[in-house]
Amino acid sequence: MEPRHSAGAEPVLRLDGITITFGDLVANDDISFDLSKGEIVALLGENGAGKTTLMNILFGHYVADTGTVEAFGTRLPPGDPAAALQAGIGMVHQHFTLADQLTVLENIILGTESLFAPGQQRRAAREKIRRLSADFGLEVDTDALISDLSVGERQRVEILKALYRDVRILILDEPTAVLTPSETEALFRTLKKLVEKGLSIIFISHKLYEVLAISDRILVLRGGRLAGTLQSAGTNRAELAALMVGDKVEETEFTSGSPGGTVFCLKNITTLHRPGRPALQDVSLDLRAGEITGLAGVSGNGQATLSAIIEGRETPQQGGIEIEGMSVRQWSPRAALGRNIGRIPEDRHAIGMIDDMNIVENVISEAYASPRFARYGILDMKAGRAFAEEIIRDYDVKCPSPDIRARLLSGGNMQKLILGRALDGDPGIILANQPTRGLDIGAVSYVHKRLIEARDRGAAILLISEDLDEVRALSDRIVVISKGRLSEPSGRGELSVRELGELMAGHGFADEGSHAA
Amino acid sequence: MEAFEILLTASFWVAAIRIASPLIFATMGELICERAGVLNLGIEGIMTVGAFAGWFTVYAGGGLWLGVFAAAFAGAMFGLLHGFLTVPLGLSQHVTGIGITLLATSMTYFTYRLLLPEVTSPPKIEPFEPFAIPGLSEIPIIGPALFNQTPLTYLAFVTVALVAWVLYRTPVGLAVRAVGENPSAVEAQGISVTAMRMGAVAAGSALMAVGGAFLTMSAFNSFFFEMINGRGWICIALVVFGSWRPGKALLGAILFAAFDAYQVRLQQVTGGIVPYQVFLMLPYVLSILALIVVARRATYPKALMIPYQKGER
Amino acid sequence: MRLEAKKAPGLAQAILYPAGAIFATLVIASVLVTLAGASPFDVFYLVLKGAAGSQFAIIETLTRATPLIFTGLAVAVAFRAKLWNIGAEAQLYVGGVVTVVLGTGTLQLPAAILMPVIIACVLLGGALLLLGPAFLKIRFGVDEVVTTLLLNFIVLLFVSMLLEGVLKDPMGLGWPQSKRVIAEAQLPRLITGKRLHFGFVLALAAAFITWFIMKKSVLGYEMRAVGHNPEAAGFAGIPVRKVLIKTALLSGGLAALAGYSEVAGLKGNLTLDLSPGFGYTGIVVAMLAMLNPLGVVASAIFIAGIFVGADAMSRATGVPSYIAQVMVATALLTMVTAIMLSRYRIRWR
Repeated sequence: MEPRHSAGAEPVLRLDGITITFGDLVANDDISFDLSKGEIVALLGENGAGKTTLMNILFGHYVADTGTVEAFGTRLPPGDPAAALQAGIGMVHQHFTLADQLTVLENIILGTESLFAPGQQRRAAREKIRRLSADFGLEVDTDALISDLSVGERQRVEILKALYRDVRILILDEPTAVLTPSETEALFRTLKKLVEKGLSIIFISHKLYEVLAISDRILVLRGGRLAGTLQSAGTNRAELAALMVGDKVEETEFTSGSPGGTVFCLKNITTLHRPGRPALQDVSLDLRAGEITGLAGVSGNGQATLSAIIEGRETPQQGGIEIEGMSVRQWSPRAALGRNIGRIPEDRHAIGMIDDMNIVENVISEAYASPRFARYGILDMKAGRAFAEEIIRDYDVKCPSPDIRARLLSGGNMQKLILGRALDGDPGIILANQPTRGLDIGAVSYVHKRLIEARDRGAAILLISEDLDEVRALSDRIVVISKGRLSEPSGRGELSVRELGELMAGHGFADEGSHAA
Repeated sequence: MEAFEILLTASFWVAAIRIASPLIFATMGELICERAGVLNLGIEGIMTVGAFAGWFTVYAGGGLWLGVFAAAFAGAMFGLLHGFLTVPLGLSQHVTGIGITLLATSMTYFTYRLLLPEVTSPPKIEPFEPFAIPGLSEIPIIGPALFNQTPLTYLAFVTVALVAWVLYRTPVGLAVRAVGENPSAVEAQGISVTAMRMGAVAAGSALMAVGGAFLTMSAFNSFFFEMINGRGWICIALVVFGSWRPGKALLGAILFAAFDAYQVRLQQVTGGIVPYQVFLMLPYVLSILALIVVARRATYPKALMIPYQKGER
Repeated sequence: MRLEAKKAPGLAQAILYPAGAIFATLVIASVLVTLAGASPFDVFYLVLKGAAGSQFAIIETLTRATPLIFTGLAVAVAFRAKLWNIGAEAQLYVGGVVTVVLGTGTLQLPAAILMPVIIACVLLGGALLLLGPAFLKIRFGVDEVVTTLLLNFIVLLFVSMLLEGVLKDPMGLGWPQSKRVIAEAQLPRLITGKRLHFGFVLALAAAFITWFIMKKSVLGYEMRAVGHNPEAAGFAGIPVRKVLIKTALLSGGLAALAGYSEVAGLKGNLTLDLSPGFGYTGIVVAMLAMLNPLGVVASAIFIAGIFVGADAMSRATGVPSYIAQVMVATALLTMVTAIMLSRYRIRWR
C-alpha cells in the first residue's frame, strides 16, 4: 500500500523499528512508519494496543529499547522532550498537562522563553495567541485561570500551546474522548485548517468513524504491533475493526433483560458546584431489578459526583436515596455495602485497590470486619486467603500468588479482582463506573459477560461509561447526562447515535430539572 | 510603662524588625521550596548550619559578606541533598526533611566541637553594625525601625521583593510555580521537573541558611547550641499563613515578630505575676492558631509533597 | 531516570539493603572520624566495646534503649497510618508529668494498684496530647507535622513552668525539679544495684502487643490501609477519621510511657533534661525498623549502643560524641533510601 503523498517527498517524521518492553510486556514491537507534510495519519487501536506508548517515545517521555525517531531528516536524541519540541513536534496529551492555578497565557508561554531571561514578553505573547486563535478558531480568554475553563476550552489551550511554539507536527492523543459531538466537529475543522497551512498531524483514537472522518491514512496497532496501514478513502469500518481486534473478534449481541421492580432510587438530587465537577441539578433516577441502565455522557458532566453518591463517598446537599422503597438516613461506603450494593469504581488505582497491599488484604477490604473475616477484633487471614484464591480461580486472575502487591497486577487482572470483590454475595444493586476502561479486548468481553450474568440473576445495574458503543451494547435502558442533568430514559435501540449525541451536547433537555422514571 | 504605650516606642519596632529578619529569609526559602512542590522540613537544621557556617567564617578571619556567602553555600548543599532524596528518588518529604534537620544539626555540633574543642564560653565576632540611611532614619518610630538596621535586614527586605519578582515576572519563576502545581505541564513544555525542583530546593535552602546566619552575625555575635529554637518550624507555619505568597508571608513574619517583641516587653510590665514561660509559649501557640485560621481556605500548591516520575500523568 | 516497581523482594534483598544502609553510614562516619584525626577502626572498636564490651556496657545500652523502644513504637504506629507524629518528645514529657503528679505521694495506694493507675493515666495523658493535632488535621486540614513540632516547644516550656511552680520540690535546693516518686510508684530494678529497670520489660511487652495489633488485628489492618491510600480505604468502608484518631491515641500513649519509664524506673524525679531528644531519635528507631514493632526493639538497642558506645569512645579519643547523632541521622537517610531501592528498580533512561 503506497502512501498518497507524492513519491520521493522527504517525510517530515520517520519512526524506525521502535521496540519497548515493560517487564514482560512488549508494548511496542518493531514499529516503523513515515509521516508526510500536510498529512493526517490516524493511529487506531484498542486500549492497550500501544498507541500512547509509541507517542510517548516519539515525544521523548519514554526511551525505546531499540529503534530511532527522525524529524525533518535529523535523528532525535532519545528521552528528551525538549529536543522533540525543538524539532517542531507538539503533543496534546489525553490527560491535559495544564497547571490549574496559572492563567492560559502562563501555561502557553511556559518553557518558551529562555529560563533565565530577566523578564517576560507578555504583550507580544498575548498578541501572537490572539492571532493563532483567530486563524484556527480556537477562542479562549488568555487571562483566565485554567481551573475556570471547561474541558473543551482546556483542549484549545493545549492545541494553542503547541501552535505557539510553531510546531510542524502535532500529535493528538484521544482528543475526542472529552468532547461532545459538536465540539468534535469544531476540532476537526481546526485540524483541517492546520494541515492546509502545512502541518502534519498524528491523530490517536480507538473510534472507527472518527478515524475515517478525519484522516488521510490509518495505521492500525494491535497488541503492540503494526497490524496494517490503509488509505482512509479505500477502507471501511468492518475492515478496520477486523484489523484492530484480530481473530478474537466476536461481535456479541447481548440479549435484553426482563426488568422487575424498582430497587434503588435517587430522588431530586442536587449538589454544589466544585472546580472541574459540575453540580448535579435535581437528578432523579430509578434502577430496576434485572435491568442494566446505561448512563452515557461526555466525561466531566457530573458522572463522578453521581457515582460518588451511589458509592457512599458523598452525601447530596439536597434530595435523597431510596432503597427498596425505604428512604436512607445515614449514607457512607459502609452503609452502601450494608445495603448490598456492589461497586466497581472508576479509578482502579486511586480508589479501587490499595496498590501497596497484597491481594488478600485487598479482596477483604469491603468485609474485613464481618464475622467471616474477623473475630474479637482479630483478622482471620486464612479465611481471607481462601476468599482471594476463590476469586483468583473463579475470575481467572493471572498472578503468581495471592501474597503479591496489587501494584504488580495488570489492569485487567486488577479489574477482575475488583469484580470478584464487588459481585461477592450477589449484590442486588451494582454500580459499574467505566468498568472496561483501559482493558484489552479479552478482559472487556469478560467483564461484560459477568455484568450480563449478574443482571440475569436479577441485579439492578447502573453502567456509567463514556464509550457510547459499550452503553448501547449492554444497556436495556439509556439515560444521558449533560451538565449535571439527566435526560429522559430511552429503551434499547430507541435512539440513534446521532440523537444520543445531541443529548450529550445538552440539547433536548426539559427546562426544569430532569427526571428519569 | 503601660502595655499599650510599648507599641509607640521606637525601640519596640526596632526589635520587631530585627526579630523578623531571620524569619523573613527562612520563610522566603521555605516558600520557594514549597512553591516548587517540595516540603522542606530540613529548615531547622539548615538554619543551624547557616548560623554556624556564617559565624565561623568570620571567626576564622573571613569578611562578614564572605560569611553570608559561606552560610548560603552550606545551606544549598544540604538543600541539594534533600532535593536529591525527595525529587528523583521520591522519598517521603516528611521523613527526609526530619532526617536532614537531624543530620545538619548534629554535623554542625560535631564540627563545632571539632574546631573549637577547648572553649567554654562561645567566642565572639564583630557582627554587622546598624547602618542608618541618611534622612529616612530620622522619621519618628518607623525611621529607626526600618532605616537604621544592619545591612542583613535590608537584604531581607530586598529578598522578598526579589523572590516576588522572580516568581511572578520571570520565566524561571513561572516554571517554579508550574512545577508545584502540575509537574507534567512543565515536562510537556520541555523543562526538566527534576532540575526545577532541585534548583528551587537548593536556592530556598540557601536563603534559610542566611536566615540562620543573621542570628550569629547580626542579632547576636556568637554561636550557641539550640539557638534556632524552633524558628524553622515557625517559618513553615508562616508560609501557610502567607498563603504561599511572598508579600503576605512578609506581613506574617513582621506581625509574628512584633508579637514576639511585645511579649518580651509585656513580661517586664506585668512584673512576674504571670510565669515567663507563658509568654515564651505564646509565639508557638500563635503559630498553631494562625494555621487553624488559614488552613481551611488555603490554596496550597497542588503538587506539594507529591513526587513526580518522568512520563507520568 | 525512572523508578519501576519490583516483584516482591526476596529474603536476601530484605537483608542486603538494610545492611548496605548501615555500611554506608559507617563509611560516612569514617570520613568524619578521620577528619577528627582518629582511626575509624579504633573508633568503631571503642564504640562497640563501650556499647557491648562488658556487663556494665550492655546494661547501660539496654537502659538507654528502653525509652527509645517506646518512642520508636509510637512513631512506627503513627507513620504506618501516615499520621506524622513528630511530637513524641512532648508526649514523653507529659508522661513524666503525669507520673510525678500521681506518684510523689498524692495517691497513697499499694504498689499493685498505684502502678496500673499511673500507667493508665500516663497513656491517657500522651493520647490526649496527640489527639489535638490529629483533630486539627481531620477537622481543619492543619498539617500535623508542624503542630506536633510546635507542641514540643510548648510542652517543654509548660514543664519548665510546672517545675518552677506547683511541681517544684521544696527540698530541691532551688533547682527546677520535682519531688521524687514514692517507693510504691517506683519500677523495680531488674538486677539489684544496676540501672536496668522493669521499664525495659514493659517496653518489650509493649513491642509485642503493638506487633500483635499491627499484624493481626482489625485495627492494624485499618491503620495500614489508611496509611497506604486513605481514599481507597474510605471507598472500601474503612472509617478513615476514626482510624486516625485511634492511631493518635495509641501513638501518643506509647510515647508517654517513655517518660513514665524514665521517671519511675531510672531518674526518680522529673527534670527538664529528662530526654536528650528521645522523641526525635524515635523517628530514626522506627524507620530503621521499617516500622515493624519487633524490629523497633532491635533498632532501639542498636541506636542506644551507638550513643552509649560513642560516649565511652569520646572520652578515650577526644572525637566529639556528637558523632553518634551524625551516625543516627545518616542511618535514617540511608535506610529510607535502601527501603526505596528494595522496592523499586532505577532505570537510567
